[in-house]
Amino acid sequence: MKTLEELKAIRESMQSQLGLRNESSNRTRVVVGMATCGIASGARPVLTTLSDAVQQKGLTDVTVTQTGCIGLCQYEPIVEVMEPGKDKITYIKMTPEKALEVVEQHLVRGQVVTKYTIAETIG
Amino acid sequence: MMTELSLHVLDVANNSIRANANLIEIKIIIHRKADLLKIKISDNGCGMDKEQLSKVEDPFFTTRTTRGVGLGIPFFKQAAISCGGNFKIESLPECGTKVVATFSLSHIDRMPLGDINSTIHTLITLNPTVDFIYYYEFDHRSFQLDTREFRDILGNIPLNTPEVSTYIKEYLKENQREVDDGIQV
Repeated sequence: MKTLEELKAIRESMQSQLGLRNESSNRTRVVVGMATCGIASGARPVLTTLSDAVQQKGLTDVTVTQTGCIGLCQYEPIVEVMEPGKDKITYIKMTPEKALEVVEQHLVRGQVVTKYTIAETIG
Repeated sequence: MMTELSLHVLDVANNSIRANANLIEIKIIIHRKADLLKIKISDNGCGMDKEQLSKVEDPFFTTRTTRGVGLGIPFFKQAAISCGGNFKIESLPECGTKVVATFSLSHIDRMPLGDINSTIHTLITLNPTVDFIYYYEFDHRSFQLDTREFRDILGNIPLNTPEVSTYIKEYLKENQREVDDGIQV
């Protein structure tokens, strides 16, 4: 059984780092639609892939969060990327594979993956 | 339609979060001899009055404004009823809501439980201000995760910190395997 002792060890090792995290307003927000429509079309694995990849690549100024239904159910799973000072980018019909491309191209390199955006796909 | 029961759990728990719950209890009970799979989700959210409660199983009822249909609860109910199970929802305004779905484990139309740990992990790490009690029982062996206990230990370190998030993922995975020996239903 995994015990709570390990959690105590994590706390010990982390206490020194507290306050060093970037909490300012210039964070990038990645938002996944997680209402019934999103979940039914596969949003959970997309979200898990995004969170894992952001964590693995150490993108500490990126926050992955969820939202409800934004009214475009037919295009779910939907991922929105909101970078401070830039227009919101909406990716539609996402999959875990496409999500990885978005992390690699958009979040790491700063290049929008145009072929998956709503603007490109449905014009 | 959902493809896994664990996705219904995620969907219904998101209703609890929208109802401003700060404590959500999720219980999964599997009992092979009794041919039973039971899912119970209860919250301390705003609850529903009798009128809302009577409408909630109607696919065309929702409180949202972005689209005119709800579907979450009716889907879940249909999943239970269509495989010889039961579905019950109880609610009291200001107290909370409880959803209980039972399934006949051996029914050919029963959806697989699926990746329940992914559902629980997603709920905990994406809703750092909400507490969760997750209980998993398989043939009378069980384990529990209570985020309030985690919080007591962690103090001001949030549950969605990468190190803690990884710990929660492993906690779920390892403890589930101890309880069910890796048998998937």
